[in-house]
Amino acid sequence: MSGSRDNEGRWAWLLTRLVTVLVYIFMFAPILATVILSFNKSMFGGFPMTGFSFQWYGKLLENAAVIQAFKTSLWIAVVTAAVTTLVGIVTALALVRFDFRGKGILGTMVILPALVPETILGVGLLILIKSIDQPRSLPILMLGHILLALPYVVLIAQARMVGVKRIYEEAAMSLGASRLATFREITLPLLIPAVVAGALLAFTISFDNTSASLFWRPAGVETMPTQILSMLTSISPEVNALGTVMIVMTVGIPLIGGILIQIFTRRAKRFKTRETAR
Amino acid sequence: MAARTHEARVTRGWKLYDPRLAWLLVAPTALLLLCFLVLPILVMGVYTFFTFVTAGVEDATLTWANWHEFLTDSYYHGFLLKTLRVGVVTAAICGVVGYFPAYFIWATGFRHKWLLLLLLIVPFWISFTIRTFSWIHILGEQGLINVWLMNLGLIDAPLRMLYTEGAVIMGLIHFLLPYMILNIYVSLEGIDRTLISAARSMGCTNAQAFREVTLPLSLPGLAAGLMLCFVLAAGSYVTPQLLGSGRDALFGNLIYDTIMGQLNWPMGATLSIVLFFVLGSVAALYTRYMGMSQIVKGLGG
Repeated sequence: MSGSRDNEGRWAWLLTRLVTVLVYIFMFAPILATVILSFNKSMFGGFPMTGFSFQWYGKLLENAAVIQAFKTSLWIAVVTAAVTTLVGIVTALALVRFDFRGKGILGTMVILPALVPETILGVGLLILIKSIDQPRSLPILMLGHILLALPYVVLIAQARMVGVKRIYEEAAMSLGASRLATFREITLPLLIPAVVAGALLAFTISFDNTSASLFWRPAGVETMPTQILSMLTSISPEVNALGTVMIVMTVGIPLIGGILIQIFTRRAKRFKTRETAR
Repeated sequence: MAARTHEARVTRGWKLYDPRLAWLLVAPTALLLLCFLVLPILVMGVYTFFTFVTAGVEDATLTWANWHEFLTDSYYHGFLLKTLRVGVVTAAICGVVGYFPAYFIWATGFRHKWLLLLLLIVPFWISFTIRTFSWIHILGEQGLINVWLMNLGLIDAPLRMLYTEGAVIMGLIHFLLPYMILNIYVSLEGIDRTLISAARSMGCTNAQAFREVTLPLSLPGLAAGLMLCFVLAAGSYVTPQLLGSGRDALFGNLIYDTIMGQLNWPMGATLSIVLFFVLGSVAALYTRYMGMSQIVKGLGG
């Protein structure tokens, strides 16, 4: 009797493992296919592979529109990451440390841009600037990206800030440090992991944004995702090469960032243990 | 003495945790939310009553015409129903399929658990457009499946898998599954494992302990994941655009075409407000019963 009941659990666990493996294959198979096909010699973007070649990467470098879109996106993403991180950290500080009227509403509102579909945010902003007779411009596109990235940065910073005891800051201030000095010397160093993680995420969100950018970009301006969309009218091997370059970049940057955080925290820990040993 | 401590806490008339200072700190965020989130939606609401004259031109004469058109034309109702259906199907499949990996990562004794979690986050770093179009290599006429089946001689002509509603749902699942798995995982991580040991020591089998303890306690994460997947699927634009045919367009595509194609701004505003309220009421219903905290955990983690 108990043997058959345990069997049930064993089969369930086997099924769980099987589905897990299938899910991971499902997640990565299409991406792998794109990477592999970018080295295809064939003129067509699909299977079968007819030979190995780097020619599509060379083609990519000669494509002025792609290079221009890349520069535009990079520039927007860097500004977005910098501004969103600054604004997000300060907002999280206020939300965690202070009590003020409207705190609850603001805390909820700041998450909304992550939940409201981009199409709606896109149309709304477009109608607003149309109604006050403003043209679409790069600053507006950037501010839009900042809005879209802000929820994530604030949530990450809030989660980290809760773990930083306010006693440290109060101690610094009671010893005569100004608010700004306290923030610079105490709070900010303790928040570094959240700062790095938030900045990287904001960068990726901006660099990757498609739907809202389609609405907000000024006439004639292409960002990287909108450029890819316009190239997708036919699947060419060049698009595969472009996709691969983007994958290597957008996965590589956060990975390196993560490894850097690991190294920093490990070194900080070693430093701390040495101090206490003394 | 007490007076002096008090004085030390007050610098130039500002208390240590002065609400005025808090307002200064959140001012940029509040301003951004006001100008780029609240005002646009309000103006959009007003625009739904404007009169459409011709492409790109509208008149501030107030009218019910747009709402009348939306409420009476079954063309729009069809789009709305299809969008909701696709959203529900996507969220449901994500919930069922996503539970297994979440449970596996939580329960496994595998040493490199972090790697499994990292692999769930990596897709977020890869451009959404690229992830979506990469499905063309799997499902398309020259895709992996068709090329294999043809080589094996199982089929003579390529199967039509791309540019169907199934392809759209598949692309949405591919995009949303990590959200679902992470939400369920966060919820599982919050379970006190001694509860399961207790159930086991009382004579439950593993399967019973799962049904009676683990599953009910992980439902908040599942609910948060379902809500998130539904809202994001029903609001999507790029996936139906790339993987669906014209017939598989969703409400987001309808809005885009109305505004960017027909330049009918009042109608586009009306459709946006409709989608906003439909999805908003689903989210509101969810928060009424579950609160915001689970969503916050899911997004931040």
